[in-house]
Amino acid sequence: MARPPTQFPQFSSVGDVEKRLSEAGYLPDAQIATTVFLADRLGKPLLVEGPAGTGKTELAKALATATGAELIRLQCYEGLDEARALYEWNYKKQLLRIQASQGTDGADWDTVHDDIFGEEFLLSRPLLTAIRRTEPTVLLIDETDKADVEVEGLLLEVLSDFQVTIPELGTITATRRPMVVLTSNATRELSEALKRRCLYLALDYPSAEREREIVLSRVPDLAPGLAEQLVRIIRALRALELKKSPSISETLDWAQTLLELGLDTLDEAAVRSTLGVVLKHASDQDRAAAELRLN
Amino acid sequence: MSAPVVPSPEPGGLAGHLDGFVRAVRDAGIPVGISQAVDAAEILTVVDLLDREQLRHGLAAVLLQRAAQRPTYDVLFDLWWPLSDRPVAPAGEGGEDGEGGEPGESTLDLPGSDADLAELMRDQLLQLLMDGDEEALRRFARLAVERLGRGQPSPSGQSFFSYRVLRALSPDTLVSQLLAGLLAEGDRGGLAEQVARQTVRERLAALRAAIEAEVRRRTAAEKGRDKVAKNAVRPLADQVDFLRAQSSDLAELRRAVAPLARRLAVRLSARRRLGREGRLDFRKTVRASLGTGGVPVVTHHRPRKVHKPELVVLCDVSGSVAGFSHFTLMLTQALREHFTGVRAFAFVDSTDEVTRFFRPGADVADAVTRIGREADVVSFDGHSDYGNAFEVFADRWPAAIGPKTSLLVLGDGRTNYRPPGLPVVADMVRRSRSAHWLNPEPRRLWGSGDSAADRYGEVIDMVECRNAAQLAEFVTTL
Repeated sequence: MARPPTQFPQFSSVGDVEKRLSEAGYLPDAQIATTVFLADRLGKPLLVEGPAGTGKTELAKALATATGAELIRLQCYEGLDEARALYEWNYKKQLLRIQASQGTDGADWDTVHDDIFGEEFLLSRPLLTAIRRTEPTVLLIDETDKADVEVEGLLLEVLSDFQVTIPELGTITATRRPMVVLTSNATRELSEALKRRCLYLALDYPSAEREREIVLSRVPDLAPGLAEQLVRIIRALRALELKKSPSISETLDWAQTLLELGLDTLDEAAVRSTLGVVLKHASDQDRAAAELRLN
Repeated sequence: MSAPVVPSPEPGGLAGHLDGFVRAVRDAGIPVGISQAVDAAEILTVVDLLDREQLRHGLAAVLLQRAAQRPTYDVLFDLWWPLSDRPVAPAGEGGEDGEGGEPGESTLDLPGSDADLAELMRDQLLQLLMDGDEEALRRFARLAVERLGRGQPSPSGQSFFSYRVLRALSPDTLVSQLLAGLLAEGDRGGLAEQVARQTVRERLAALRAAIEAEVRRRTAAEKGRDKVAKNAVRPLADQVDFLRAQSSDLAELRRAVAPLARRLAVRLSARRRLGREGRLDFRKTVRASLGTGGVPVVTHHRPRKVHKPELVVLCDVSGSVAGFSHFTLMLTQALREHFTGVRAFAFVDSTDEVTRFFRPGADVADAVTRIGREADVVSFDGHSDYGNAFEVFADRWPAAIGPKTSLLVLGDGRTNYRPPGLPVVADMVRRSRSAHWLNPEPRRLWGSGDSAADRYGEVIDMVECRNAAQLAEFVTTL
């Protein structure tokens, strides 16, 4: 498979990835940094899979910031189709054009036909937009597992050749390959063919040390001792097999909450009163209260 | 600007080594295609080969496709790219010298009995666990295996055993001292203690993993890594037998089953939505055509009436299939959250409806304990009696099964030599729209001993369902 030659590697080494992502406000671990580096170097799409709230979307955003690229986002959902993902003809405008030309006698069928299938009437959706851009681009295809299987087929075509064929206009090939990040919550197994074309990155909850660093970098006013305590409690909560384990963003919310409330230690009362920030199912809250002896 | 050390790949050299590794990964049950193997070779030219972690993560990015494969992969990677790449030493003591000079070793180099040594190392371990420095803990594990893990030397070479290390160090007995160290006075009993316990658990697990990894590494150096790879690699989570799942597998398994349950629910709801386009809604189409100058560009349709599937789950919750029933109950729970038409029944030697324990949002583990406590599933001696259970079910809930109902029976069909109640089952199957029986026992054991599975198999579609993979297969054919 010949790759369009116009993608320049954005990162010089794994260390460079680490440094620039950190500057963009995302602290990568060795696995994330290595995989991002390879995705950039080999020009392959990056498939990020993991539970909700482990920073998958955040990674794509940080990548865009770190490389000075624009983020184009395709949010997948059930029923997403070509017209929403790739392109669509603006038929209302086309109809208007036809009606407008009806009065004049010089408009024969051919000119009208050529006219209404031109750039002016094309509605570009995220995939086409990303391919046509000449500036650096990060294409984020979010929650790929939510889309129907047919969309995967479409992605396969677009991601392997980075070109789109529009029957009326011809084939549009990427002049500058976008960096592609796909995310998935693993609610459904993506097809083997799609996975084979991507580099696979399984994201899990971060180690205690890294999570503490994340908390301190995002909520810098929090006392380090409190951050340590917070992260330990979060880890204890994750070990409980809840319906929904607290995510990184919820850890950050919690840290922010503690800061706003001016609490300087996390005792039973403090945890009990703010538990709603991290646990959002009544059964989870009951369970955590019982297991952590909050009462 | 790729890595400075790019060795020319020659057969038998780095490329051959990679090939062996890829083969081992495949043998462990992780499907690796040819294109992925090629990609893996490309990775070698891009990453810094002197950085082992880069290589590990880089190869993982192309070889793996699911998070569950990672533990297996890590074990194999450690075997193929061992930490200290010393040349394979000839069997005997001579090869161990290369290990010398590690920090902390000299302080322990005391002549003395094994008991003294173990005592000394326990003290050091306590301090390390208290600090929680993972790197130091790993170094300690390597030393501990070297000092305490030796088995009897045999002609086939030196053996190392993790149980010897763990017995000598008995890290579990350090818990109370660790808690005392981590907790301030007065913190006992409450939140702080629970959190500290979790921290201790994590660190002990890390220690155990480090010791096992080191034993594997040493054994591989002595006896060849292929042998170790065969024994050391645990089955992938979705291949673990429901009936033999250990408590350490349970959490893994639950994670494997959770998306499966969601997928099943999504599948069924997709079925329901199929053929969403009903008859043409004339009025709506005409209204919409006003926006396009009276040309009906988009047609609108009435929604089709949805067929509401009804599902009746009959689940054996006796002790012999406890591991299995837990997961099927989890499936039931997931289905309950999407359909109102799911009714769950549990039985041991009598049957009771347990639907009420599976309110949407309820906790599965809770439901399981409540079934044991509150449901009327035991009437006689607490051993499975399928015949009686089916009769009670048919008696008390004759209306539960109708022409729209799918019936799902979950159990091993071991009747303790009591009458199996075949006519009742046959009647239930006849009255239902479709009926399946999931059996957690291997097919070859059906009909052996007190199993009536083969006889049930004549009246109902019986499916072998021993692990999550087979469950997934069943779900797709449903």
